[in-house]
Amino acid sequence: MAEMVAQGEMPDILFWVGCAGSFDDRAKKITKAIVKILNKCDVKFAVLGTEESCTGDPAKRAGNEFVYQMQAIANIEVLNAYEIKKIVTACPHCFNIIKNEYPGLGGNYEVVHHSQYIQSLINDGKLTLQDGGVYKGRKITFHDPCYLGRGNDVYDAPRELIERLDAELVEMKRCKSKGLCCGAGGAQMFKEAEKGDKEINDERTEDVVETKAEIVATGCPFCMTMMTDGVKTANKEGAIEVLDVAELIANAADL
Amino acid sequence: MISILIFIVLTVIGFGFFGWNVSKVRANILLGRDLDRTDRKAERWKVMTLVALGQKKMFARPIPAILHLMLYAAFVITQIELIEIIVDGVTGNHRTFFAALGGFYTFMLSFIEILSILAFIATFMFLARRNLLKVPRLVKSELNGWPKLDANLILIAEITLICFIFMMNGADEVLYNQGQSHLAGEGSLGLAMSSWIGPMLFGNMSLDTLHIIERIGWWGHILMVFGFLNFLPYSKHFHILLAFPNTWYSNLNPKGQFNNIDSVTAEIKLMMDPNADPYAAPATDEVPQRFGAKDVTDLTWKSLLDAYTCTECGRCTDVCPANTTGKLLSPRKIMMDTRDRLVEYADGKRKNGKDYDDGKSLNGDYVTAEEIWACTSCNACVDACPVNIDPLTIIVDLRRFLVMEESKMPSELAGMNTNIENNGAPWQFSPADRLNWKDE
Ligand code: SF4
Ligand code: SF4
Repeated sequence: MAEMVAQGEMPDILFWVGCAGSFDDRAKKITKAIVKILNKCDVKFAVLGTEESCTGDPAKRAGNEFVYQMQAIANIEVLNAYEIKKIVTACPHCFNIIKNEYPGLGGNYEVVHHSQYIQSLINDGKLTLQDGGVYKGRKITFHDPCYLGRGNDVYDAPRELIERLDAELVEMKRCKSKGLCCGAGGAQMFKEAEKGDKEINDERTEDVVETKAEIVATGCPFCMTMMTDGVKTANKEGAIEVLDVAELIANAADL
Repeated sequence: MISILIFIVLTVIGFGFFGWNVSKVRANILLGRDLDRTDRKAERWKVMTLVALGQKKMFARPIPAILHLMLYAAFVITQIELIEIIVDGVTGNHRTFFAALGGFYTFMLSFIEILSILAFIATFMFLARRNLLKVPRLVKSELNGWPKLDANLILIAEITLICFIFMMNGADEVLYNQGQSHLAGEGSLGLAMSSWIGPMLFGNMSLDTLHIIERIGWWGHILMVFGFLNFLPYSKHFHILLAFPNTWYSNLNPKGQFNNIDSVTAEIKLMMDPNADPYAAPATDEVPQRFGAKDVTDLTWKSLLDAYTCTECGRCTDVCPANTTGKLLSPRKIMMDTRDRLVEYADGKRKNGKDYDDGKSLNGDYVTAEEIWACTSCNACVDACPVNIDPLTIIVDLRRFLVMEESKMPSELAGMNTNIENNGAPWQFSPADRLNWKDE
């Protein structure tokens, strides 16, 4: 972003990478898939790079409003200084908090989740998928991230992307507004679960296995971790792949 | 004459006591913190019509939805008959509306009778679901004791009420057949159910017995109604009334959105403002509100209204990922605890004066930290609730108190917060490495 401004340019969108997308090895692959798609479509975009900082989501969900607001106010200062108008996020938690909770602190932007943005690129004809891509006819199920689905009522965008792959979209018994959490939300990602008789991601993996899907798609780096672990625990690593919708599209478009 | 007097006295007591209880509940709810939920009125009416009146969210589970609809429809429509009973009671007439409405009267009462039979069946099915089939969400541990009894009592009361209706109508039907009813005329009242239930059950009885049965049915009905009315404020069945305001005041924002605490914003702005005078007195001399919720009065009035509205149906707990994987957390229990504690708190203050402190609080004594920390904030409970209750807001407020007032949290989360403060990420990575993915 700083480089772009130095050259006197303004991006059309700011790509908010998020902490997972920046530091988590698996999530970095999602980041790269999104960048490939943006480049392919000649989108003029920027990232904040080292000027980006945690949105404060895990702190807020864990009850620490101070840390959250400190982060939020600092981020908003940076975003407003660059006069950012539109933000694409790679994570439903960043998406939710910037879209819904930053406005109250003076941060007003148009915020979309990457599944929605990629969908609009396809709808505008900027990205075309040759039919008969690598996923043609394969069984894919979609795990709704809570903060994308129930949290913000976005159910269709990721599903439409899967349908573009000419793949067979199969739904789990608990899907859309009835979808079961992967177990990572509310800062659970960063702590051990309370005592119980099962891990939530294992319960969710059973739903996936039941569909007989070969691929479980998601749209959240934390769901990615949880589902990958769940599939591993269920000894289904060879049979079920966990991929982000952005990766599916990037692979199908041969990027 | 005497019976008119008794009736009027009973009616005044019945409604009066109910009114007094409602005003108490209202005062309890208003102990909560302020929250403005009066915007977007058109949308609010729509939500209330769909969710409360239309029971839209019940139909996610069709079997209980249909059974519940039978009871609900019968309940609403029986109110017409109740109005007649009250008019008769005050005037001393018998079936005041019969002459005035003619054929429509027969139609209306027949309609009530058919719905009552459906409700009768539904009530038995509900009893069976709770006590024989033991549907999992209806037998969880938080229902042990009073909540279980409450549910069964109401169902039994409903059965009794319906029996009274048929005693009243059935006996009167037989009397009318013989030209002995207090209603002038002779023949059949033409009531869909009573015109054959009546003769079947009471056909061979003497006139005196028939009159007694008819009166038992009549008085029984009205007494049950007053009893029911006054039971409501102590019961989960209060939802039949509170579902309406509770859905009207629903949260209309995206479910993922949590509120920003304004006092925190003010404090941070002050901290970051280089011109601020750190010793300046706070602008108001009000006691600063604590962060988050220690007790019920730290919750918003909407959370307290939620608690009184809860039907204890357990749809929330049934979909809760924490609960379904064996954790202690149950969103239904959060709502029940909030209500129980609110009643205890408010009664304590009423009895022992304003300054009374029983040393207990919702956070800790009712809801434990283990429950509070098991929530993934997934909003499944909020989505599932048929009357738009929001247990998650309470859980988050309880968390905020633990973290911001008591610094009590799982140690990993304390570490996570420190990481965010120091590195701008929940993990221990250097902010300088944020763009490394670009070249990897
Ligand atoms: S938001 Fe919390 S309490 Fe509600 S269903 Fe999800 S985990 Fe359970
Ligand atoms: S909160 Fe709603 S879903 Fe949960 S028990 Fe109460 S009424 Fe049922």
